[in-house]
Amino acid sequence: MVQHPARRIVVIGNGMVGARFAEEVARRDPAGGRVGVTVVGAEDEPAYNRVLLPGVLAGDYAPDDIRLPVPEAPSVTVRTGTAALALDTARRRVTLDDGTGLDYDDLVLATGARAAFPPIPGLAAADGAPEQGVTALRDVADCRRLDALARPGGPVVVLGGGVLGLEAARALAERGMRVSLVESSPWIMRRQIDRPAAQILAEQYSALGMAVHSWRVAARWIPGTGLELDDGRVLAGDALVVTAGVKANTELAAAAGIETEHGVCVDDTLATGDARVHAIGDCAQHRGGGAGLVQPGWEQAAVLADRLTGTRPEARYGGARPVTRLKADGIELTSMGEAEADDTAETVTIADPHGGRYAKLSVREERIVGAVLLGFAEPASAIAQMYDTGTPVPADRLALLTGRPAPEAEPQGAAAADPTVCRCNAVTRQDLETAWLDGARTRTDIAASTRATTGCGGCTRDVDALLSGWNGASPLAAT
Amino acid sequence: MSTATHCPYCALQCAMHVEPGPDGAPAARPAEFPTNRGGLCRKGWTSAELLSSPERITRPLLRTDRTGAFTETDWDTALDHVAAKLADLRAAHGPDAVAVFGSGSLTNEKSYLLGKFARLALGTSQIDYNGRFCMSSAAAAGNRAFGLDRGMGFPLPDVASAEVVLLAGANPAETMPPMMGHLTAPRLIVVDPRRSATAAYALEHGGLHLAPRPGTDAALALGLLHAARTQHLLDEDYICARTTGFEAAWRYAAAFWPEQTEQVTGVPVHRIREAARLLGTAGGAYVLTGRGSEQHATGTDTVSAWINLALALGLPGREGSGYGCITGQGNGQGGREHGQKADQLPGYRRIDDPAARTHVAGVWGVEPEELPGPGRSAYELLDALGTEDGPRAMLLLGSNPAVSAPGTERVRNRLSALELLVTCDFVMSETAAMSDVVLPVAQWAEEEGTMTNLEGRLLRRRAVLSAPAGVRTDLEVLSSLATRLGQPAERFPDRPDAVLAELGRASAGGGADYSGVTPERLEQGEEVFWPAADAAASTPRMFLDAFAHPDGRARFAAVGHRGAAEEPDADYPLYATTGRMMGHYQSGAQTRRIGELAAAEPEAYVEVHPDTGARAGLEEGDWARVVSRRGATLARIRHRADARADTVFLPFHFGGAQAANNLTNPVLDPTSRMPEFKVSAVRLEHADTAPTATPGGG
Repeated sequence: MVQHPARRIVVIGNGMVGARFAEEVARRDPAGGRVGVTVVGAEDEPAYNRVLLPGVLAGDYAPDDIRLPVPEAPSVTVRTGTAALALDTARRRVTLDDGTGLDYDDLVLATGARAAFPPIPGLAAADGAPEQGVTALRDVADCRRLDALARPGGPVVVLGGGVLGLEAARALAERGMRVSLVESSPWIMRRQIDRPAAQILAEQYSALGMAVHSWRVAARWIPGTGLELDDGRVLAGDALVVTAGVKANTELAAAAGIETEHGVCVDDTLATGDARVHAIGDCAQHRGGGAGLVQPGWEQAAVLADRLTGTRPEARYGGARPVTRLKADGIELTSMGEAEADDTAETVTIADPHGGRYAKLSVREERIVGAVLLGFAEPASAIAQMYDTGTPVPADRLALLTGRPAPEAEPQGAAAADPTVCRCNAVTRQDLETAWLDGARTRTDIAASTRATTGCGGCTRDVDALLSGWNGASPLAAT
Repeated sequence: MSTATHCPYCALQCAMHVEPGPDGAPAARPAEFPTNRGGLCRKGWTSAELLSSPERITRPLLRTDRTGAFTETDWDTALDHVAAKLADLRAAHGPDAVAVFGSGSLTNEKSYLLGKFARLALGTSQIDYNGRFCMSSAAAAGNRAFGLDRGMGFPLPDVASAEVVLLAGANPAETMPPMMGHLTAPRLIVVDPRRSATAAYALEHGGLHLAPRPGTDAALALGLLHAARTQHLLDEDYICARTTGFEAAWRYAAAFWPEQTEQVTGVPVHRIREAARLLGTAGGAYVLTGRGSEQHATGTDTVSAWINLALALGLPGREGSGYGCITGQGNGQGGREHGQKADQLPGYRRIDDPAARTHVAGVWGVEPEELPGPGRSAYELLDALGTEDGPRAMLLLGSNPAVSAPGTERVRNRLSALELLVTCDFVMSETAAMSDVVLPVAQWAEEEGTMTNLEGRLLRRRAVLSAPAGVRTDLEVLSSLATRLGQPAERFPDRPDAVLAELGRASAGGGADYSGVTPERLEQGEEVFWPAADAAASTPRMFLDAFAHPDGRARFAAVGHRGAAEEPDADYPLYATTGRMMGHYQSGAQTRRIGELAAAEPEAYVEVHPDTGARAGLEEGDWARVVSRRGATLARIRHRADARADTVFLPFHFGGAQAANNLTNPVLDPTSRMPEFKVSAVRLEHADTAPTATPGGG
């Protein structure tokens, strides 16, 4: 039999999605007979879990703790500290910054995104590098930089009140920093939650010692002083953490003539305009959205691994149904879908500003189309799963929010008149009474004649109580 | 006259007295014993009823045309017929043309002799057993982590003094009620997609119920490890001194931060943190797994993820804490140690290990080269029956795969394609009814033998009464078939004590060393736990000084979460999961023939959330047709308001049209070869007709 050479896959980017793709390939092709994967990553660090960077800030993790698994498979090679400089789609070759090149049969762009700095004076130098006291929060190096800038008890300003900004603010507050957060939109988490929820969330942040300034535009960063706002106020800050959005890393693709918009455009097969070039994760732009969250990127990695290893060549990525779950100690916030669904949806809303709770559930055709759940930790997970899988909602929607429906109805008829006392041996109260009338006076007698109490033993107390009642009421008990 | 013995059913092996009841027929009552503490469930109480059942088979049954009826015959005719046919098939197609299928219900002596019979008398590699469907994932993970698999490495009463016990995919309140007596003091954390009886008990007694989406137990275990670490609850000294591989294992757990774990499993973040805190701060804690976590195509890795959690918290190999799997079948432990498994030789040895082959061949008086190599695993074996390259005949003991194997429609087709199916049983099980020859064998209380219970404790089953005339023991059947196949009689003793003595020699020096186990020790009531390498040895608690790997350390396994092989979709929008109920045991071949048990639960049911039932137009008590890609099963609707709306549950104790395994997915775990019993995608339909009653209630 002719041994086909393994198909050469080159992955540009060793971030959460690129590394996950390699892991997914290794799982499908453990022996490396079908494909060989080379992952090229510009950072010197091994791949790590970017989502947990706020946890590193908070001190929950050491930087080493958030490293991602490296597949121990012959099919996977990882080259860290190596950047891709150019892509030649005609020759199917990537040029690397160490002077070498890699030929590919399939190329996977997983170049991710970088922090986008808003055009505010004082944030970045002409070359784009952050000015003194300013940092993004995209990688471990940023965490180290911030560690060096800020000290417990000192002031820090977070610019951008999206998910990452809110998580970073909470983490810094946990570390004892005095945190101010600035958001230029009318309310925080503008894309994920509605205004009433944001209001309650902002109050919770204030209660935890953070100052939230929504609908405020920053005017300039003054190193050593702080962030000046458009109303002239200056928020004190030893450091400024910029979490005001990201920009997809599309330059490599664009320079090679591949279609890009906000990201590298891909279809449902995750291929770009060049069928041999694919893009996944934050650098990819799919009609179904999802960039910026890790779950859609991981789903794309699995789909592409299915396709490129031939495990499931028909696999398609149909878009994401992302659920946002804020990682902030002491705050339970989950949101999904349309935060402000229109009138065509049936919406249940519960607002409890005093209790710091807010729930909004929007349903169309029995399916959840959006939800905002603040302080509803117990039902949030079930609602998120229903949204994710498109499961129809229960008839009682309020019960879905307020907790599990009431337990099953009280037993009726025969079961109510003669309840089971010992489930393990199916012994009813009537059975016990009959045994007692036949002379069983102790638990041992009862066990011998009815078997009650001999299974799990959970009914022992009930049987004792019944016996003591009957024995006490009977003149026979004395004999 | 009362005889002390043990229950025929599950791995608790509750002690009981069997004696004549008021009507003169044998009856059971509980006896004091460490596992059952004087208790019995309704299965145990009624177990003796089958001894005098009118459905008992007492004459060998034979037919030459499978569409025809059986005719009763004498033993010589039946055995001559079987031996001649087996010899012919072997001569024509080679030794692997004959398969053997055993059981975790067989005594140690039978398990051992069956393996020897396959390798020597038949020369076949094609032997496996139904324990593959029960314990194999936990066994594989236990071996990987500790170097040796004894389900519980400690006596069961130890768990009673723990502060916290986590039960992953185990429902002892329903399946092993007397075990609950050991769980009254600890706080329980029950992991189960269903609000099972055990989960309800936990909630009523200050414990937790974590209800992961079916097929996501591994993610939950990884998430608990993650949450324990971020709460600084790991036992760093223990990890450093007694284990290897933590860093690689952590990399996978690192991807399951609490919010991510919640998204995958549906278990709320605060419950994950709380469970991790409870486990990590307990004075003594146990992590115990059951079939719910194990019966998946990812079962081995899932159990490894639970073991990783236990190791990270420093539980195994310490008195007062630990990891254990709750073995299900009566001799599920002993049955997996002595060679009825495709890749195994006695003493928990590997059949591909040259030293093991030399040792066992020496005890058996043959050359190592005469021993066949590893064969197919249980499902692969059943799946190959009657195919071009597969076995053409099968000898079956103590099992009912026509009900208990996954995707039973296909399995029934394969069984039908055999040229010869020989079943040893005492009632006409669904599989016996498909056979060419049925050999009537003795029941548990009619013969002697040893069992190894879920704790690794050896115990002796005593003969209470003699078997009905015309019935023989499994050992006698194997011995007389072996001699007919040309083996010397002394190589296949039919007395249990003689077999145990030989088993002791064959297991000597192996992982599960029984060489110090004698009938006398057990008769005297001595507590004997394996390994027991000499006449004084017993090991109640394993790994206190060292684990069984060469370096003495336990190994973390670098495992992630892979998910179920089949997820719900538009055509099959619901998860189906299967399990047991209080009143029946395994395929129900025995318990469906016991009047009281059959009357209480005569037919299959399917638990559904009322909304889910309503969407399919099904009311409480309606007959539903549950349909998967493999087949359909009929079951009566039971509404459960506390059920997950996306999941239905079916007990698997019923046969024919009501067999839950008509639905299940035979995709296998790559390591343990365990089928994915616990997750299949299904839809609910209204059944046009109720199922017709068949013998044995199926």
